[in-house]
Amino acid sequence: MMIEATDVEALARGCAVLGTGGGGEVATDALIARQALRDFGPVRLVTLDDLPDDGILMPVGGIGAPSVGAEKLGSGQEVTYLRDAVEQALGAPVVALMASEIGGGNGLFPLAAAARTGLPVVDADAIGRAFPEVHMVSMNVAGLQPELIVVADERRNVVLLRPVDGRWAERLARAAAEVFGGAAAMADYVMTVGQARGAVIEGSVTRALQIGRAVDGAADPVAALVDVVGAIRLVEGKVVDVERHTAGGFVRGSIVVEGYGADAGRYVRVEVQNENLVALEDGTVLAIVPDLITLVDSQTADAIATERVRYGQRVVVIAFPSAPIWRTAAGIEIAGPRAFGYDIDFVPVEGSHAAHA
Amino acid sequence: MPHTLDLRLGIDVGGTHTDAVVLDRDDQVVAKTKQPTSKDVTAGIRAAIAAVTAQPGVDPQRISHVMLGTTHATNAVLERRRLHSVAVLRVGAPSTLGAPPFLGWPEDLVRAVGGHAVVVEGGFEYDGREIVPFDAGTTRVFFESVRGLVDAVAISAVFSPMSAQHELAAADIAREVLGDEVVVSLSHEIGTLGLLPRENATVLNAALTRVAREVASALTTALAEHEIDASVLFAQNDGTLMGLEYAVRFPILTIGSGPANSIRGAAFLTGLTDALVADVGGTSTDFGMLVNGFPRESAASVDIGGVSTNFRMPDVLAIALGGGTVVHSNSDGVGIGPDSVGYRLPQEGLAFGGDTPTMSDAAVLGGRAAFGTTTVPDEHRPTLAAALAAADEMLADAVDRMKLGRGDTPLVVVGGGSVLIPESLEGVSRIHRPEHYDVANAIGAAIAQVSGRWDEVVSLSNGRAEAISAASAQATARAIHAGADPEFVEVVEIDEIPLAYLTEPVARISVKAVGPLGRQ
Repeated sequence: MMIEATDVEALARGCAVLGTGGGGEVATDALIARQALRDFGPVRLVTLDDLPDDGILMPVGGIGAPSVGAEKLGSGQEVTYLRDAVEQALGAPVVALMASEIGGGNGLFPLAAAARTGLPVVDADAIGRAFPEVHMVSMNVAGLQPELIVVADERRNVVLLRPVDGRWAERLARAAAEVFGGAAAMADYVMTVGQARGAVIEGSVTRALQIGRAVDGAADPVAALVDVVGAIRLVEGKVVDVERHTAGGFVRGSIVVEGYGADAGRYVRVEVQNENLVALEDGTVLAIVPDLITLVDSQTADAIATERVRYGQRVVVIAFPSAPIWRTAAGIEIAGPRAFGYDIDFVPVEGSHAAHA
Repeated sequence: MPHTLDLRLGIDVGGTHTDAVVLDRDDQVVAKTKQPTSKDVTAGIRAAIAAVTAQPGVDPQRISHVMLGTTHATNAVLERRRLHSVAVLRVGAPSTLGAPPFLGWPEDLVRAVGGHAVVVEGGFEYDGREIVPFDAGTTRVFFESVRGLVDAVAISAVFSPMSAQHELAAADIAREVLGDEVVVSLSHEIGTLGLLPRENATVLNAALTRVAREVASALTTALAEHEIDASVLFAQNDGTLMGLEYAVRFPILTIGSGPANSIRGAAFLTGLTDALVADVGGTSTDFGMLVNGFPRESAASVDIGGVSTNFRMPDVLAIALGGGTVVHSNSDGVGIGPDSVGYRLPQEGLAFGGDTPTMSDAAVLGGRAAFGTTTVPDEHRPTLAAALAAADEMLADAVDRMKLGRGDTPLVVVGGGSVLIPESLEGVSRIHRPEHYDVANAIGAAIAQVSGRWDEVVSLSNGRAEAISAASAQATARAIHAGADPEFVEVVEIDEIPLAYLTEPVARISVKAVGPLGRQ
């Protein structure tokens, strides 16, 4: 299957929904991807089965502050610096790119990179949503060690990292991005196609595309969205409180939605750390990370990024199950409630909702 | 004997009408007029000046200030007319080459501004370090290549809101090569963080300087014809004023001034500082929120003519419901608009003997208004009653979307179609219908204050309070420079946005200071 410039809008919509409020804004990445696909031609979307087992798969994405990324838009060449460094270090060619995270602007990052390099993009990612830290990836859950991580900037500065584990990968890559000016391009968890089997989340790109296409032009966009992702509507209402602050380099805060219509009298609070992590009502958990919680516009079903949430917006808060790998014991340990400082056990959204309803 | 300078003339150019008011020293309305907006806009302004100065009590020589809120700039972008050809220089290679200038622009607008663009090496990091040195040589070559092809220059640079050095260096080269008379717009003076939207706004601004000069000169001529020797100020999108000289440099700031004026006018006419404002026109009702005396700004970035900018505009919710809105009846019941008879209401409305049922007819039947030349035929009664009920629901819904929090809010109703609004609405504590509601926009322009804004990214490691007070001092200085009275300038808004994913505490601080006009 080929991805063309005309597919970018639908893909961007889907990436925003899977971004659960974070992952960076999609608008600029969408413009860049569309232009690259026009200039260099469409990109081939492949599955792991289309690739040789010993071929090298390079997950790519941006790391750093989204506000820096909005100024330093990227030279477009970073991916070739990453690829050259990987090929030199491993002595073998990269056979395909993959999105590190499908959620938010990073879900679109591989498109421009693939259009420029002529490499195909694998229909998969390492998260199935957006997460804030480098070690919060499915490969880590699957027990794969981060053997090689490369961070590059637009000046052609390239840093090769050989971290001992995922946490060191996060620490070292973050430090490199900071030195580069707050944002950088990264190839993380470089691996072979064989290693990727069972360690990545397959079908992510087509899922994002399906979300975008289902919502686009639907008579009831929110219903179409709920249907396509298998979501539960937590509440439909109006944003009546937004509180944001920074802590430890991350944006934290909470959003309160007051229900109206059938939900009148209900108040749902969404706790945010870059992404939407917990939805609570009267102290009861309705949905919690790693399951996905997204605020969407009640009319258009467009996902609303955390930094765009404001008083008075009419939203539907939806929640839907994360990829199965996140619901394993190892997945919960790496990106479950306690990984974000919530002393709460993970309850699958379908379970907590049934209990509540 | 010298004249006392104790009158102010406020003019607002709207889609249908150009309004003018004259206020005295105590802000009392001495004269007002509503004239049709002419196709070229300027003729309507002249007619309004002529009409209002002809009224008793208006001695043109006593007018000290003229405030203009105009749609010239908006129209020029929307119609792609009378735009300057612009040389677009971005100091941002290699860090932005993946997203060149004009990215995402409609092709006809690119053509209308000439499409000359280049990205040269340079730009800064968020902390003020150079990414790479500024490439003065390539900059010079580019400006030489567009000599004779452009009338204006737009310059942007990476993180220029943090450090403007590269933009200023490029501007010097532009003037050297293209001459001092070339218009130069610099992105750090126009927008905030976010390179693409800031650059887009800068290019549009440069392109609009032509129409800004034209309207400034037309207005100056019209004033001279009426022997008005006054300072001229332009209304901007945040409800404050800027000097003529500043408006000619920053015409893009005039876009969105209409809603801002109506919200400020409503505030003035009622004395309220926090309220919802409904401006009811012929084809639509615009809801805006008055917060702390000023229009609430939109959170989302604003598109101008299909181009994304990071402009702050009044947060307006427009619904297709105005005095001329047509009422349809169909198998499902009753439908409202979105079409409108507009200025043809006095010919086509049922209450005027026409045969188009409109919302004004519904208001007459509902006892909310008493106008027209004939009674509305009985057969329309059920439809119009249903339409009025449906319209009230639309209004209540809009009120709920706009207001903050759960409590009821006061609502100020202005504009020619005000009669549509019922005596009470859900979510509204009290409905205010001030005198002179029909010219609230022009009044909003005439009573507006002068502002200055400062926006920068700062490290908070030396203390948050220090950073905010330094930014406040800068904003205050800018307001005074624009004509505000130093004695009364105050900081009205401090916005602090923490930057995520950085280990140092860094924030973008944005401060606005506002003051009344200084005495001449």
